[in-house]
Amino acid sequence: MIDYLLTEEQVMIRDLCRQITEEKIKPVAAEYDKTGEFPWDVLKVIAQSDLFGVYIEEQYGGMGGGVMELCIATEEFSKGCGGIALGYSATALGTYPIILFGTEEQKKKYLPPIAKGEKLAAFGLTEPAAGSDASAIQTTAKKEGDHYILNGTKHFISNGGDAEIYTIIAMTDKSKGPRGASLFVVEKGTPGFTFGKKEDKMGIRASSTRELVFTDCKIPKENLLGKEGMGFIAAMRTFDQSRPGIGAQAVGIAQGALDAAVQYARERKQFGKAISTFQGIQWMLADMATQVEAARALVYASAREVDAGKKDVGKDSAMAKLFASDVAMKVSTDAVQIFGGYGYMREYPVEKFMRDAKITQIYEGTNQIQRNIIGLALIKDSAKK
Amino acid sequence: MSSIRVINDKCTGCTLCVKVCPFGAITMVDKKAVIDLDKCTLCGACLDACRFNAIELKRESKKTENIDQYKGVWVFGEQKKGVIQPVVFELLGKARELAKNLDTQVSCVVLGHNIKDKAQELIYRGADNVYIVDNQKLEHFLDEPYTKILANLIRKHRPEILLSGATIIGRALIARVAVKLHAGLTADCTALDIDPKEKILLQTRPAFGGNIMATIITRNHRPQMATVRHKVMKEAAIDKTRKGKVIEENFDVTLLTSRTSILEVVEEVTSTINVSEADIIVSGGRGMRGPENFALLEELAKVLGAAVGASRAAVDSEWMPYSHQVGQTGKTVCPKLYIACGISGQIQHLVGMQSSEVIVAINQDPSAPIFGVATYGIVGDLFQVVPLLTKKFKETLKR
Amino acid sequence: MNIIVCIKQVPDTTQVRINPETNTLIREGVQSIINPFDMYAIEEGVRLKERFGGKTTVITMGPPQAEAALREAISLGCDDAVLVSDRAFAGSDTLATGYTLSMTIKKIKDFDIIVCGKQASDGDTAQVGPGIAAHLDIAQVTCVRKIDEFKDNQLTVERMTEEGFEIIKTRLPCLMTVVKEINSPRIPSLKGKMRAKSAVIPTWKGKDIEAQEEHLGLIGSPTQVVKIFTPPPRPKGQIFEGDAEDSASKLVGILKGIL
Repeated sequence: MIDYLLTEEQVMIRDLCRQITEEKIKPVAAEYDKTGEFPWDVLKVIAQSDLFGVYIEEQYGGMGGGVMELCIATEEFSKGCGGIALGYSATALGTYPIILFGTEEQKKKYLPPIAKGEKLAAFGLTEPAAGSDASAIQTTAKKEGDHYILNGTKHFISNGGDAEIYTIIAMTDKSKGPRGASLFVVEKGTPGFTFGKKEDKMGIRASSTRELVFTDCKIPKENLLGKEGMGFIAAMRTFDQSRPGIGAQAVGIAQGALDAAVQYARERKQFGKAISTFQGIQWMLADMATQVEAARALVYASAREVDAGKKDVGKDSAMAKLFASDVAMKVSTDAVQIFGGYGYMREYPVEKFMRDAKITQIYEGTNQIQRNIIGLALIKDSAKK
Repeated sequence: MSSIRVINDKCTGCTLCVKVCPFGAITMVDKKAVIDLDKCTLCGACLDACRFNAIELKRESKKTENIDQYKGVWVFGEQKKGVIQPVVFELLGKARELAKNLDTQVSCVVLGHNIKDKAQELIYRGADNVYIVDNQKLEHFLDEPYTKILANLIRKHRPEILLSGATIIGRALIARVAVKLHAGLTADCTALDIDPKEKILLQTRPAFGGNIMATIITRNHRPQMATVRHKVMKEAAIDKTRKGKVIEENFDVTLLTSRTSILEVVEEVTSTINVSEADIIVSGGRGMRGPENFALLEELAKVLGAAVGASRAAVDSEWMPYSHQVGQTGKTVCPKLYIACGISGQIQHLVGMQSSEVIVAINQDPSAPIFGVATYGIVGDLFQVVPLLTKKFKETLKR
Repeated sequence: MNIIVCIKQVPDTTQVRINPETNTLIREGVQSIINPFDMYAIEEGVRLKERFGGKTTVITMGPPQAEAALREAISLGCDDAVLVSDRAFAGSDTLATGYTLSMTIKKIKDFDIIVCGKQASDGDTAQVGPGIAAHLDIAQVTCVRKIDEFKDNQLTVERMTEEGFEIIKTRLPCLMTVVKEINSPRIPSLKGKMRAKSAVIPTWKGKDIEAQEEHLGLIGSPTQVVKIFTPPPRPKGQIFEGDAEDSASKLVGILKGIL
C-alpha cells in the first residue's frame, strides 16, 4: 500500500479498526450475512472503542477528526463486512446534516450520544417515487403553531428502525419545487413515526433497510435543521461530504476481495503448482491491486479536500465514489473468478464481497447520477473560462 | 553462612513457632522466642507460623543445608472425595523406578478425611511408606492448610524428591510449597530420570507449546520437586504381596487456618469423562457447524469410552463448555488416541494435543494443517464419516 | 479496591525454533505479545475496578521492551504500570520470578487483589501466581472462572476443577489466577490508546524493590536448564481419500489394534 502519510492518530484509528475487523467482524460476517440480523454486538464494540466519534468535534464528545478519519474506519470495517460497516457509516450520513447545519443547541443535544455510540443515526431522503429524481419527494411537513406535522413514506433507509436519530427531508412548500424542501430531525418513538418491513437484500445483509412511515407525526419546530427551503441544498452538501465514505466502503470491500484472492491463489494447486505461479493469475491480481490503490488514492484525496474546507467538492467526491464503487464491483468479480467454482459457493467468502460491492454503485446517488454531477461540473467550469 | 534471628520488638510470645518447629529448637525465655542454633536447621517452618513477622531468616548459602540428609522419593497422594486420583498410581510407578536407581524408599503422603483405608492400595501400587494426615478440615483441598502441612512434613522427613500430578490442585499446591521450602520445582514434566553420575533428578518437560523440550535439574536444593502430566507415566500395577508402613502424622491444628473456604463443590454433568484424564478424546471444531451436531461425537465417544473435546472455535461459539476446550487457552492433553473432527488445526489447537500418541484427523479440506500432525487422516465429510466410524467400532468392539 | 495485574510478554507464535548449535531459542522475527491468559487477567482487573471502584496497576518483569505490553494493558483500561527490569533478574526460574514480583508488589504496598493469568504460553508452568501468593503469604485461588460478590472484605469466586467448579469464599488480600472462561477481553479504546502512548511508566531495578541479590536471577533460581532439544517430528501420516465407507473401514481396521 502506498504510504498516505497518515497522522499518528489516524494510524491509531486504522490499527484499532483493523483489530476490530479481524477479531470481531470477520468471524461473524458470514453468519450475519445469512441471518440478516442487525449486528448490535459488533457496533457495541465499535462504540466502546470510541470510534463512532472520530469525525465529531471534541466539544461534542468526539475525537475531533473529519471525513478522512471516517473513511479510514469505514474502509477497515468493510474489509471484513460491507454490511456491518454500513451500520457505522450510515450513522455518519445521518449525522452530517446536524454537524453541517445544526445550531449549537441541536449539536449539543444530538451529537454526544452519537459520538459515544449510544445512538445510531440515519438519513431519510429516498421515497418510492423519488430515487435519483429527488425533486419528486412527496413527504410533507406542515407548520402548525410551534410544530411541524409530517406525512409520507421514506423507503430503502439504511439503519431504518435501528437508529434513534433520523434526519429527514420533507416538503414544507410543494409549490416551490426543490426550493420548498426542508430538513428535520425526527427521533425514534415520536408518535406517528413508524417503520415498514425490513428489506431482504442481495448484499450488505447485516445492515437494516426499512421504510419510515410518517402519519401526522408531530415534531417541535426546534427540530428544523437550517432554514425552511434549504433542504435540498443541505442534502446535496451532505452528500458531497459523505461520498468519500461510500468510496471508502468500496475500497474496503475491494481490498478484502483482493486479499482473499491473493491468499487463495497461493494455496490453490492446479497442474501441480500453486495457481499464483501462473502469469495469467498474476496479471489479474496486479490489475486488481492497481485499481484498488488508485481508488484509495482518489478517496483519500477527496476526503482530505473536504476536511481542508475546500468549496465545491461535489465533482471530486463524485469521482471518488464513482471510481471506487466501480473498482469494488470489478475486483470482487475478478476475485470470484480466481476462486473458480469455489468462489461461487457460499462457503467461501468472495461471493459475498461481490454481492456487497454492487450496492456501492447504486446508493447515495447511482453512478449514473455521479457522472451527471461530474459532467455538469466540467461544463460549468468550462463555461466560466 | 546463614542466620536466623527473632526480632524481639515484634515477638508477642504467642508460642506458635515453638509448636511448629519440627526440631524442638525454639523455647520461650521471658515471653520471647529464643532459637537454639545448634538444633535449628533453618528450615523456615517458624517463619510461616509466625503471624507477626518476628523471625528473620537470611539465606546466604545457595545450597539447602545438610543436603545429604534428604532421602527418599515422595508422591503427593491427591484425593478428591476420598478417592485417590489415577495420576497418583502413575506417579507411584515412576517413583519406584527412581527409588530403585537411588537405592531408597518410596513414600506417599495423603491429606484428607477418613482416608486411612486408602493406604493399603498405595502400598500395593508401590509405596513403602504411606503418611496419612487425617482431619475433617482436610476433606477438600484448601491451598493454605495443605501447603503448611505438606511443607512441615517435608521439613520433618526430608525427602530428596517430591512428585505430584500436574492437576489443578497439584499445580496450585506444589508451587506454594516450593516457595515455603525454597526448593526447585519443575512443572508439567513428561519424563523423569535419574542422572547416573550425580544421582539427581532429570526433569524433562515441553515448553513453547511443545515445540521444544527442556531437561531441568535442581542441583543444590532439596527436595527436587516436579509436577507431572497425566497419562504420560505408566500406572503402577497392583501387587498384593507388597508390604509397607502406614504412618499417621500429627500436626498442630493452628496449621488448619485458612483464609479461603469452600462453599460448594459443583460437578458439571457434561464432563462425563474429563479430557485431561481421558485415554481417548473425540474432539470437534468449527466444522461441526452447530452445538446439536456434537451428539454425533458423543455417540462415537460412548462406543470408544472417550471424552469429548472441542477446539477454541467451537467453545467460543458456545457449542461446548470451556471445560472441554483443548489448546493454548484450554487444556493440554496427551491421550493415546485423539480424533479431531472438523478441526482445521490452527497452531493454538495443535500445541494442546500434538503430543497425543495417535492422532486421527477427519476434515473436508485436504490442505488443513491438522493433517500435518495426523497419524491417520480421512479427507471427507465428517457428517458421513463419524456415524460410519461409530457403527463400525460398535460392530468391531462388540459394544 | 486496589488491583494489581501481573502480566508477561511472550513470543507470539508457537513456531519458535531453536538454534541447534547453541541450544537457545531463536526469537528473531517473532513478534512479542501479552501472554494470552494474561489478557483475561487484565480484563478482569479492569472489570473489578469498574465494579468496585479503586485502581488497577499492571506490572511485568522483563526486558526493557516489555514496556510495550504494559502500554497495551493501559490501552485496555489499566490505570498505572510498573516495569521491573534489571540485568540481575536474568535467568530467573519461577521461584526467583515469584520473589521479584512479590517484592515489587510489596513496594506498591496498597493492594487488595492480585490477578494473574493461569499460566504463560511459553513456559506453561502455572507456578508464578501461587509463588507470588506464597512469598507475600496471602490467600490464593487458582483457575478462577467467575467472580461473584464482594461483601465484608470477602470475595466469592468460582474455581474451575477437572470435574466442574467450586464456589470459594476468600478473604482479601488475595491472589487469583484466571482462566479464559472468566470474561471476554475488550478491544482497546481510542482514548485508552492515546493515554497509553503518553503514559509515564517507571522502571524499577532490584535495589528499588529492596530485593536481596541472592534471591534474584540465576543465583536465586534452584532449577537449572541443562538441555534443550526439539522433540522428534511426528512421522508422516497415512491419509485416506475417496469413498467414506471405505476410509472408515480401513481406519477402524487399524485402530482396533491399539484400542
